[in-house]
Amino acid sequence: MKFADFVCFEATIQELQADNRDDAIMELVSSLENAGGLSKRILKDIARDIIKRENEASTGMGKGVAIPHIKHKSVKGIVGVVGLSSAGVDFFALDKHPVHLVILLISPEDDPDKHLQAMENIFRHLQKEKFRKFLRQCSGSEEVKDLLIEADEDPSL
Amino acid sequence: MNLDKQYIGTKAGKETLEKVVHEMEVEIKNSDGLHMRPAMQFVDIANKFDSEITVSNAQTNVDGKSIMQISMLAATYGSKLKIRAEGPDAQEAINALRELVEEKHFDEPMPGR
Repeated sequence: MKFADFVCFEATIQELQADNRDDAIMELVSSLENAGGLSKRILKDIARDIIKRENEASTGMGKGVAIPHIKHKSVKGIVGVVGLSSAGVDFFALDKHPVHLVILLISPEDDPDKHLQAMENIFRHLQKEKFRKFLRQCSGSEEVKDLLIEADEDPSL
Repeated sequence: MNLDKQYIGTKAGKETLEKVVHEMEVEIKNSDGLHMRPAMQFVDIANKFDSEITVSNAQTNVDGKSIMQISMLAATYGSKLKIRAEGPDAQEAINALRELVEEKHFDEPMPGR
């Protein structure tokens, strides 16, 4: 699976206003809703579920990266949104460091394989220091989009 | 996360250069596959052992102690993974990981149950 298959590029937040996890999640979910990637009706539901999931175990996996995610019956296909924070968000990450890259993901309930494929794609790229650096340096959602599409086409990135 | 490399070297010394390596194929039995929560359980157990642990599918080999790398396997229900452990506690590591994947199936539901 490619980034272009599930990332809602229009919803990218180039600089998160939030400095804490829950506000960052709300910001990202709202941005998805604004961009039309999510219906307003379920916005609060989704945000609450994602926070609940984070409380069970943080998806801040270290290296300044967090992948908050849930499965939700209201979405038909996987939808993701990227948020960057130069100041850093406290995500209760495994390595206790602030998070600078957030990729929030909502997957349908009945397609676990697709969810795994999206995760595979995200981690294959995020584990590369070069990719993380490039993503953090993006100024503007257009640059984020260009980088992710380039990554889709060039496995070495 | 691989703090064990040197340990193996010193422990084996010059007299006993034998490397303890154990391998086993396991099958993913929970419906949702190796998503993040099971992946974390796997990495938590792997990190309890000194042995180096690698996990592979048909395409890639990854570090069994890294959450990002294990998540990269995208192992779906029914897929098979090869777990390889090398080091002083290789056998114990393999046993514990096999139990987690195949017997406990990460404490998650299996299809049709």
